This record gives sequence, structure tokens and C-alpha cells, in this order.
Amino acid sequence: MSEADFDAGDAFDSGAEPLLRTLAPQVLGAVIRRFGDFAAAEDAVQEALLAAAMQWPEQGVPEHPRAWLVQVASRRMTDHVRREIARRRREAVAVEARHGDVAPAADRDAATAHDDTLILLFMCAHPALSEHAAIALTLRAVGGLTTAEIASAFLVPESTMAQRISRAKQAIRKSGVPFSLPDDGERAARLGAVLHVLYLIFSEGYVSSAGAMLTRADLACEAIRLTRAVQHMLPQDPEVAGLLALMLLTDARRDARTGEQGELIPLAEQDRSRWNHAAIEEGVALITATLARGAVGPYQLQAAIAALHDEAPRAEDTDWPQILALYGLLEQMTPNPMITLNRAIAAAMVDGPAAGLAMVDPLDTDARLGGHYRLDAVRAHLCEMAGDLETARGHYLAAAGKTASIPERNYLTAKAAAVAERLTGR
Amino acid sequence: MKFMMMMHAPRAGWKDAGIGTWPPADIHAHIAFMVRVNQELAARGELVDAQGLALPEEARVVRAAPASGEPVVTDGPFAEAKEFLAGYLIVDVDSAARAHQIAARVSAAPGKGGVPLNMPIEVRQVMNRPPVDL
Repeated sequence: MSEADFDAGDAFDSGAEPLLRTLAPQVLGAVIRRFGDFAAAEDAVQEALLAAAMQWPEQGVPEHPRAWLVQVASRRMTDHVRREIARRRREAVAVEARHGDVAPAADRDAATAHDDTLILLFMCAHPALSEHAAIALTLRAVGGLTTAEIASAFLVPESTMAQRISRAKQAIRKSGVPFSLPDDGERAARLGAVLHVLYLIFSEGYVSSAGAMLTRADLACEAIRLTRAVQHMLPQDPEVAGLLALMLLTDARRDARTGEQGELIPLAEQDRSRWNHAAIEEGVALITATLARGAVGPYQLQAAIAALHDEAPRAEDTDWPQILALYGLLEQMTPNPMITLNRAIAAAMVDGPAAGLAMVDPLDTDARLGGHYRLDAVRAHLCEMAGDLETARGHYLAAAGKTASIPERNYLTAKAAAVAERLTGR
Repeated sequence: MKFMMMMHAPRAGWKDAGIGTWPPADIHAHIAFMVRVNQELAARGELVDAQGLALPEEARVVRAAPASGEPVVTDGPFAEAKEFLAGYLIVDVDSAARAHQIAARVSAAPGKGGVPLNMPIEVRQVMNRPPVDL
């Protein structure tokens, strides 16, 4: 059993883990405010979290857990700063370190703690970082996951993940971004980047919870938890609510979307009794209330589409005309060939496969799609609907040859084989 | 996105024409270059795994015996293969373009007299992307 397993398991048993995860960004914010060094503060907070995960299950959760963590992290920070001074003989840091050795701070008021979490999210989704780096740093600095946990979720060695996080912290240091909320002008764009990172974490994790994929499924939960926290802090932002609803409504289908061997089960064939109906209820309520307020955005539209799927008792009850209309709106708002592909499927369900194929044809020359497997997969599906089995088989195989997902390849190859069987069976 | 990069070497003549004929200093320079590339990739948080494989003389081909399922071991790689896999690298990067950049760097590893080998590097994506809804 690795150290990470031990820590997470023990803290989880004691019920401390959710508390630690919630406090992690708040503690980090407090330590950065005091010492001003994001990278070193982040390391110090990780050590404090680890200490808490070991001590709290045995000694009980302290009365002021946040203050406890801030104090432990500050001590680590002071040690770090002293070492740095000794090593580099640099006086500049000493000025900042002066305030390091202080009595435990009383719990900060909730508003400041929320601000700190938000500021951290903005920092971690900083445009200076690659997506890769932004994801890793968000999970660690805001999510409070250990490097080992993040490494195992992305199936890379822990040392590689440690380097990735350390480089991300260096990039933030170099960018000179202050530890404060962006001004109003910049805020919308930066919030968009935060939501994108959260969505990427969710997509990475949205797979079956079976067997080896377990750690990845946790990423989806983590993304939902973080988005929920953002929504709690920004309850008036419709796109934050839209993203949370989208995640809930998509994740609700997780158990039903893969079979026992990890094989993919398409929406139309899923056992809807296995959907998470509490999540659906919450997601539907959230998106309904949000849409009613106006200011519709892409995440809200995608959530609305997911809601229409989730609300249909059977696949054949799906309100395809409504879905088609929503994809039309989404395409106008954010023109993108992937959306066109989805709209083509909806069009085929409403007006027949010829209507769908007519929408797909112009995408052949779309450079943004660049021969993407989804184009072949959708065309194969539409050709099969139209009864053109020979062409469908070719496109299923072409899609299978291009995808980078094993469950998808297995599904597409099996579809090609099923179509071939129908062809010879005639 | 994870990519595997496979370094293929010509199977015939590695002893008489390939690395077997390089001066020791060139061999050391080649190895030092590979180590440096791995260190750079590790420092960037991109390295998943890098391994060199034993030379083809040590390779064995194993098949299950028809009835018993017992291993049947024969020498060497498949006789018809013109190249052998000398080693591989697995990287986790943001884009295919970055993977190609790494592959080009490895391809230009120094050979005899320090001249870049410009060897072919086979780049294959590792299938670990989560599936999307269909």
C-alpha cells in the first residue's frame, strides 16, 4: 500500500477528507497572502494537509481546522524561508518572512476564504499555462489532491507529475500575476478559462467506475465538487450554473454507459433505470432556473440538451425537435464542426437520415475537423440509418482506425462487423 | 495525449555497418545524448517511460503449443523483419505537434563522427483517451 493510499484512506474513514479538500484552497490563499510565494506556499500547504490526514483520524479534528492548517503550513513556510535564506543568503525574503512566525489566525471570514479559492482558480487557469499544466495545478492547489493521486489518475509516473506541477508553479511566478481577483474587464475571459479547465477535468474522468478506470472516475467527481464550489461562490453566474448542470446531467448516466467489460453502450441502448435520478433531478432544476433568468450561454445550452435526453423515459420518447433547435442555437453562438455533427444526428432523428447527411457533407473540407474520427462515426451511423450498409461499414472502420479511445474503437469495430453480417445475411 | 516513439534500427549489419563500427567516443556521445533527452523530457513533466531493448540476438519468439498451451520458444525476431526495435520512449504531451518535435530531436541523435543519424522514429498514439458519448 502506498503512502498516498494510506493517507487518503485514513482521512476518508474519519470523514476528514472532504473537509481537507474544502479547506485546501482557503489555507493556501491565507498562506500566500502572508508570504507571497505561491510555489513555496503550495508545497507547505501540501505538507500541512498530509500532516492533518495522518493526525486527525487519531487525535480528532481540531476545533478550528482551518487555523490549524494555516499554522502548520506557516511553520513549514517559515522553515522553508529560513532554509532559502541560508542557502541563497538573500535578504529580500527575510523582509517578507518577518511575519511568518505568528500565532494561529482565527478562522477568516467566509467571504475572504471564498475569494481566496476563486483567486487560486483564476491563477491555476492562467493563460501562461498549457492545458496539461493548468489541470494538474488546479487539482493540486484547489482540489487538494496529492501529486501521487493526480499522477495515478493520468497514468504517469509520480516524478513526471511532480515536475509538471513544479513547472506550472514556475510559469505562474514568471508571469508575475498578483494574488488578487482580476478586474471586471478581464474577469469574464478568465472565468471562461477556469470553467474550461473544470470541464476538461470532468471529461477526463467521465468513464465507467469499473476496475482500472476507478481513479479516472474520481476526476469527474472532483470536477463536480470544484464546480459546485465555484457555483456556491458565484450563484448569479449563469454559465457556472450551466456547467454544473451539464456535469450532473452527463455524470448521471455514467453507470449505464459502459457494460461489464468496459464496452461502450450508446445512449439509445442504455438501461435508463441505472441512471442517477437524484443527479438528474438536481441538474434539471438547476438548468431550468438558470435558463429562466436569460443570458443564455454554451454550457447552459449543452446542459439543456443533456436534460432533454435524461428526461426521456425511453430513447424513443426523446424530444429530438427541441434538441435540434438547441443545437441550432449552440451552433450560432459558437460555430464549431463538432456541434454541427451533433446537430446532424438530431436532424436525422427529426427529418430522416438524408437531412443529417446533407449537413455532414460540407464538413469534409473543414480544416478544423481535419479528418476527425467523429465525422466518420456520425456518417457511418447516418448511412446505416439510411440503409446504405456498404458505405456505413466503410465509415465505421475508418472511424475505428482513427480514434484514440479503446472502448470507442471496440464499439466502432463491432458496429462495422454487425453491419457486415446484415449485408451477407441478405 | 500519450505517444510511443519507437526507434527502429536496421537489423542486418548493426555489427558490421551500424553502431558496432563506431569509435567508442561516438558511442558515448550517442548514449549521452539519449540520456540528456530523457532528462529534458522528465524536467518538462512529459516523460512516461524510456527503455532500451537488448539486441536482437537475445530476442526469442514464443508461441503456445497447440494442445498443451506450453510455451514453444524459438530464436530471434521474425526472420522476415528488416528492422529491429532498439528502444522506445513514451511521452505525455499537449499535442501531436509536440510529439513530432520530440521525435525529430531523437531522430537527429549523433552517430558516427557526430553526424546526425536522422533515423526513422515511428510515432504511435497510446489509446488512453476516455470515450465520448455516442
